Amino acid sequence: MSFLKHSLFWPCVTLVLLLALNAIMNPGFLAIAWRDGHLYGNLIDILNRAAPLALVSAGMTLVIAARGLDISVGAVVAIAAATAAIVIGASSNLGLAIAAALAVSLLCGVWNGALVVGVGMQPIIATLILMVAGRGVAQLITGGQILTVYYAPYDFIGNGFLLGLPFAAVLAGAVIALLHLLLNVTPLGLFIRAIGVNPVAARIAGVRAKPITLSLYAFCGLMAGVAGLIISSNVKSADANNAGQLLELDAILAVTLGGTALTGGRFSLAGTVLGALIIQTLTSTIYSLGVPPEVNLVFKAALIFIVMLLQSPEFRASLRRLATRTEST
Amino acid sequence: VSAGATLFGLDRRLVPLAGTLLLFVAMVIFGALSYRSFLAPQVFLNLFIDNAFLLIVAVGMTFVILTGGIDLSVGSLLALTTMVTASLVEKAHWDPWLVIPLVLAMGTVFGAVQGFLIHRYRLQPFIVTLAGMFVARGFCYLIDTESIPVTHPLFQQLAYARLGAGRVAISSGALIAMVTAVAAVWLAHSTRFGRTVYAIGGSAKSAALMGLPVGATLTRVYAFSGFCAALAGLTMTVYMLSGYSLHAMGLELDAIAAVVIGGTLLTGGVGYVAGTVVGVLILGIIQTLVIFNGTLSSWWTRIVVGILLFVFCVSQKFIENRAPRRDENRAPGRAK
Repeated sequence: MSFLKHSLFWPCVTLVLLLALNAIMNPGFLAIAWRDGHLYGNLIDILNRAAPLALVSAGMTLVIAARGLDISVGAVVAIAAATAAIVIGASSNLGLAIAAALAVSLLCGVWNGALVVGVGMQPIIATLILMVAGRGVAQLITGGQILTVYYAPYDFIGNGFLLGLPFAAVLAGAVIALLHLLLNVTPLGLFIRAIGVNPVAARIAGVRAKPITLSLYAFCGLMAGVAGLIISSNVKSADANNAGQLLELDAILAVTLGGTALTGGRFSLAGTVLGALIIQTLTSTIYSLGVPPEVNLVFKAALIFIVMLLQSPEFRASLRRLATRTEST
Repeated sequence: VSAGATLFGLDRRLVPLAGTLLLFVAMVIFGALSYRSFLAPQVFLNLFIDNAFLLIVAVGMTFVILTGGIDLSVGSLLALTTMVTASLVEKAHWDPWLVIPLVLAMGTVFGAVQGFLIHRYRLQPFIVTLAGMFVARGFCYLIDTESIPVTHPLFQQLAYARLGAGRVAISSGALIAMVTAVAAVWLAHSTRFGRTVYAIGGSAKSAALMGLPVGATLTRVYAFSGFCAALAGLTMTVYMLSGYSLHAMGLELDAIAAVVIGGTLLTGGVGYVAGTVVGVLILGIIQTLVIFNGTLSSWWTRIVVGILLFVFCVSQKFIENRAPRRDENRAPGRAK
């Protein structure tokens, strides 16, 4: 039963169960049709909507794997969306807008990394600063308005289709596949694990922990920027207050669901993608069941509690004690 | 940060607090020079009236941060308290004198459960209270997604009651907040519980080796934070005269910011409730300055709070780095 021990087993089971529940409740759920030159169906919709979360979670996975945390991603999404919207409004130049948004989000990531690596702050506090100030900065950029983007080419990022699939999903898939290659072909993945297991030992062993950690935060910021582009393009507007609201929490949840240890050192990119899909499927399920969408929060909390307790060695030990006691009686 | 170590001739533990006080005085002077009516006593008292719930929450948060933990659930728990209170009093027509102890108990139990999970199963405070935040906010929405107005005479009376002479007065909420802060100062410095909290923040391992009840104290600290959140929720119900699931969005961040600006070290063990009070007043005075200015937009408050957080965290690092290392557990590689 070695597959039971595989780290992706439980995330897969969760996702399949959720999809099965949907298929039972709504027989047409799994149907995929070809319409208007692209694929169409609930599953495609889930892929499209999970894309920004998957990208942010991928960045978060690496940060967490190296014993960090980035709670500013939601604010960075808002900043990137605001930047893109304002540049498009001023210049109608798509390339410039994308470049500006990505540059700003990369800068946000570098700022976080510099605070953690350079100043030596606790990651949660270092990124808390940008989380608090970030939405203020985004509002400063938009002038407190919700900017609407009236520029058709911009819609493509969040609503377009490539090869019959949603462009956002293709983009997320490509980025994550490239990242996977980078982590496995080069020793980068090993270095990140080493930093996560024991930063001091990693440094002594010759891993350049500081520049690597800094670039992980920079990458996480960049991913939040891409997510900001997708989200703002999808709703054709930039809302400094609500874009990416609670995204940091969803991203951490996706990372945890995927089997990445919050204490660092052990990570699974594929698990994180599954985690993001689970969260999006859960959201879709709740909508299709007709349950008020607000209940989603309670479900997510229940998920966090279950995963968290299952990861705790103390909890597993007490479960084992309970099991042996019932067997002996 | 060992006792007796000094910086500029001041006990090192008092340096952050002194910085906070200096900042507050500087802001008051700036306000007084810029705006004529700024020094009116009521302007100062309004800081307590408008930030009563933040002060109460931040006091509870101070204890949590002193142990080296964090409580992200307070904002949602506050909102849940306003919802439960409003729906029980207004929709179910329960007696408020029954509802008030009930919701206070609810907040305390909510916090205690979080504290128990953190201590018993060695879970990270951040993630446990994050889940707690989801649970509380989710239950808010389950009760009602609309705002519930509170019209019960008791709450109306409390809302308009003013204690004071002539044109200088404080509200019931501000009074509760002040009493909470004073009680918390006593709790932190004159009780066995308070000393244990500081000891855990210094080093949980040493505290356990000394025979201190680490687990029970952690549970109680989170229970106290939950109690404070519920008390703040009652204060907000009175202040807003409504229960609403969107009340106090992001309040946990303001509370953490107030505690940090108040000079409490996030690594635990060092800090004062009095500093937190000043921290809350600084957040309040930033808002007041933005309002007095009239042309600045409200988001400048957030940006300035962010900048202050940055300045204080960096200077905390500076103070920490100059202090002699006490034990290896506090090296940068220490697990979160």
